[in-house]
Amino acid sequence: MLTELLSAVGILSAVSAVLSLLMVIADRTIANYGEVTLIVNDEKKFTFQGGRSLLSALTEQEIFIPSACGGRGSCGFCKVKVLDGAGDYLPTELPHISAEERNENIRLSCQLKVKKNMRVEIPADLFNVKQFRGVVTSIKDLTYDIKEIVIRLVDPKEISFKAGQYIQLQTPAYDLADEAVYRAYSASSPPSQKDTVELEIRRVPNGICTTWVHDYLKEGDEVLMNGPYGEFYLRETNRNIVFIAGGSGNAPIKSILMDMAEKNIKRKTVYFFGARTSKDLFLQEEMRVFEEKLADFTYIPALSDPVDEDKWEGETGLITDVIDRRLDMGEETEAYLCGSPGMIAACIKVLTAKGIPEELIYYDKFA
Amino acid sequence: MTFLGAFAIFFAAIFTNNILLTNYLGMCSFISVSREIKTSVGLGAAVTFVMALTSAINWAVYHYLLVPHLVYLRFIVFIVVIAAFVQIVEMIIERVSDVLYAALGIFLPLITVNCAILGVSLFMVIRDYTFIQSFAFGLGSGLGWMLAIIAMAGIRQKINKSPIPKGLEGAGITLIIAGIMAMAFVGFSGMIAIG
Repeated sequence: MLTELLSAVGILSAVSAVLSLLMVIADRTIANYGEVTLIVNDEKKFTFQGGRSLLSALTEQEIFIPSACGGRGSCGFCKVKVLDGAGDYLPTELPHISAEERNENIRLSCQLKVKKNMRVEIPADLFNVKQFRGVVTSIKDLTYDIKEIVIRLVDPKEISFKAGQYIQLQTPAYDLADEAVYRAYSASSPPSQKDTVELEIRRVPNGICTTWVHDYLKEGDEVLMNGPYGEFYLRETNRNIVFIAGGSGNAPIKSILMDMAEKNIKRKTVYFFGARTSKDLFLQEEMRVFEEKLADFTYIPALSDPVDEDKWEGETGLITDVIDRRLDMGEETEAYLCGSPGMIAACIKVLTAKGIPEELIYYDKFA
Repeated sequence: MTFLGAFAIFFAAIFTNNILLTNYLGMCSFISVSREIKTSVGLGAAVTFVMALTSAINWAVYHYLLVPHLVYLRFIVFIVVIAAFVQIVEMIIERVSDVLYAALGIFLPLITVNCAILGVSLFMVIRDYTFIQSFAFGLGSGLGWMLAIIAMAGIRQKINKSPIPKGLEGAGITLIIAGIMAMAFVGFSGMIAIG
């Protein structure tokens, strides 16, 4: 009885063991394509275990190829030009590939497996940019003509960007636009807040996107955007910092200030914010809080046309005049400017006159 | 005699004792993949291939390892053998031919859990087939299953444009058609007697 029981266990284990061994051997030999090298645009070179789809290999290297169906071969978006290393076309690719594309070796990257060294060509603008789907969770008035909108990211759920960079918001076709258009807005939220993006959007008379945001967009609406883009971010040096902004140009500066507070950056910093009247000022409290949070930070708002009811006691005059009066940081200073092209050009003149070299003046021009 | 017996079993498995239409095994993939003739041919071919070879392997496993004391383990052992075999076949196909893999490969995981495959191995034990007979039975059952699913796909492509009551669309009408097909196949019964 005992021997029978033992032999049952023994045989079952033996059969399982032999089969497992066979599987392991098969996995190591048949399914082992070894290390393969993927060369993208003859610049980037990646090495990984072969046998997976080109799409997933590229995604792992953070190169995002558009793919609406998620790699099931039904949307046909994930086309990539393969220069060499691919076999024949698969039946699952053919419905999406035209004769013209066949001549150019355009392949469906979700179906194509990388089994040997491969060379592919990808449009350069696909490298860093991602498309995001999000839901508007709040819209609030900062001033009579600037709204702050908060977008919670749905897919992908998180964004990584540098404080100061911008995204492009899609405006769908509506009364003022025949087709969807994209407009750039800087994030005013800090990079540590990965699941939502906050934007400050000022109404531009007859502006396609701003009119849509101010008059049509509601909380709960779904929006599309892509990004991040831009070279407007804080350089890692020990120089003093001057921020200059007007209107919704505050957004990237606010993001950078929050980032500095979180990272405990103790550089001497001054922020000039230009507005016409006190109606155009916003987030004053938040800026004052930074004076306490940051080691050495001064906030200088300036009104160019204060009216009597403003009871304004701060700086008055054009922002350039105020900078000229108040800025005294020496030559070891970097400047970050965000506003209209006219304001930026005028500020650059003042700053260079103060001895700040032009190559240390960074700006985002909003036409 | 053995050879003739195997031949008879082969044909019986296709027509008179069709595993799908008389035993109603392998229904799940039969219903879900029978929308188009093209995919039905792919799945049918993969089932035939796996059925023929697993019945042969399981015959050897059963007669050399499990007989006489451990026959009660046959359910577990057969399933494990089938699963492992399908996995290895999938790897080989993927390695050897991208085109064949694209045509068959996607169906192979479906086959692992196709009860008709296990059914063939179990019938082979119950009916006490020899090795050759088992192989013939496996091959015949696979072809019979393929015949049934291709016939079903043909019918479903035809009825695509027909007005079907809302509640019966999809799986409902497919099961009714399968029942009518099974009745038609009853006409073959009695022509060849096996098992």
